[in-house]
Amino acid sequence: MKKTIGNIFVGLMYLILYLPLLVMVVFSFNAGSSTSVFKGLSFKWYVELFTNSTDVGVPVRNTLILAVVSAVIATVIGTAAAVYIYYVRSKLWKNTLNTVTNIPMMNPDIVTGVSLMLLFVFVGRLVGAVNSLNFFTLLIAHITFNIPYVILNVLPKLNQTDPHLAEAAQDLGSTPTESFFRVVLPAIMPGVTSGFMMAFTLSLDDFIISYYTTGTDFQTLPLYIFNMVKKPVKPHIYALYSIIFLLVLAVLLFTNISGMKDKKEKK
Amino acid sequence: MKNRTFLQRIIGAPYIFWAAVFIVVPLIIVVYYSFTDAAGNFTLDNMKNLSDYGQIFRDSILYSLAATAISLILAYPFAYVMSRKREKTQQIMMVLVMLPMWMSLLILTYSWMNILERQGIVNTFLTKIGLSPMTLIGTPGAVIFGMVYNYIPYMILPIYSVMSKIEPSVLEAAEDLGSGSVSKLYRVILPLSMPGVVSGITMVFVPSVSTFYISQKLGDGKILLVGDIIERQIQGNYNYNSGAALSFVLMVLIILSLALMKLFAGEADDSLYV
Repeated sequence: MKKTIGNIFVGLMYLILYLPLLVMVVFSFNAGSSTSVFKGLSFKWYVELFTNSTDVGVPVRNTLILAVVSAVIATVIGTAAAVYIYYVRSKLWKNTLNTVTNIPMMNPDIVTGVSLMLLFVFVGRLVGAVNSLNFFTLLIAHITFNIPYVILNVLPKLNQTDPHLAEAAQDLGSTPTESFFRVVLPAIMPGVTSGFMMAFTLSLDDFIISYYTTGTDFQTLPLYIFNMVKKPVKPHIYALYSIIFLLVLAVLLFTNISGMKDKKEKK
Repeated sequence: MKNRTFLQRIIGAPYIFWAAVFIVVPLIIVVYYSFTDAAGNFTLDNMKNLSDYGQIFRDSILYSLAATAISLILAYPFAYVMSRKREKTQQIMMVLVMLPMWMSLLILTYSWMNILERQGIVNTFLTKIGLSPMTLIGTPGAVIFGMVYNYIPYMILPIYSVMSKIEPSVLEAAEDLGSGSVSKLYRVILPLSMPGVVSGITMVFVPSVSTFYISQKLGDGKILLVGDIIERQIQGNYNYNSGAALSFVLMVLIILSLALMKLFAGEADDSLYV
């Protein structure tokens, strides 16, 4: 009895959680151009999406470029930072670094966005630039909020590795640099990969920080959607997100199934 | 440990530089803008003018507290049911909770607009079965609902992750020692899941209190939150000083509430840097 109530509750929660996604998928097949009145089944919005008759291509491309570049840079800087923090011995300095790293994660996005924008505007005024916001300020902002998540993913992996491993490599004749790249880095690689993935997805999804730090010439997909308020959302954007939904579902299922296999092999 | 090598010393340099310039300095700039006027002279006017926004600050806090409380009430039993399932089921349930998080929250909020608006799906249905349509968009309820919908996964996941670590043997021991299901919940499960609850509350409250597109879209511009007036000051009026003052106060407010919560709930989940 108790179990049945629990299952019904969980089922209802999933229903509400997925209701907007269902509406999105259904209306992506709408023959009409409204997102609330269904006029019949059609694939025309999917066709439009791929025949370039909409202007959605540029923001999609921009979003991907930004996510890849910011995630790569954040992963390099963040991994190096995690290694550094791991070896720092002064407790005070270590705490300071951890606190600073926590700031972008604890601060609401709007404060992070506004604070970075004010910095860019301030510096822009100092050097007399007319327009102080552009692709590079957006890129800096994304790297800034991505780095802490990379550190967060790499540090626990470093703590799990045996500190004697690197020493053993050096006793066997590697230089410290060699021992880092050939022993430590492979050991923490799962953390680096998950950090990269997290940075990539955070960057794809970010709206608030991008909203404050980008210039007029570089629009990402979330900004494109936000700016569609003035004209109502057309179903083509629902078609685009239905495709994204399928992709995400495939990735999540794939990583989880392979994750389950890994566990079995370990057993 | 041996002395740190040269590599271990310089490898942190890029991050230290980055964190100083793009994390610490921007916060100083926010304070600077908060206490200066457009010409750069010191002033307290920005802070004094904040009293105009007292009502908005109050509303923001009330709405996000409500959203946090509702999320907790719904997420806690959800996480509990989830943590008692077979391992494979748990994994699938977890993926299903995370999936909407991977979609753009903007598009999901739009979808809710389509469902709730005047000529929306709910009202079309109500009219068809002979009832009069309801005003759903533009009410505080819609905004609070939007917050709960968007951020509840951040409540479910940390609570689930601590609950799934509670050994069944601990619960059995409580039963053997004479605990009924109520005392098992209050004296064993609740205390053990506290760290998850604390991080869940933080992860729902912080984005809720600072949101602006949920209130814009589901509040139909009738409901103003702190995020909305920051957005208006900065993107609408280009009044950076007033926007900075608002952001500064919002930040202080959040730091205070986090500190307050830590005080009441004991040490929060600091396992991030184990």
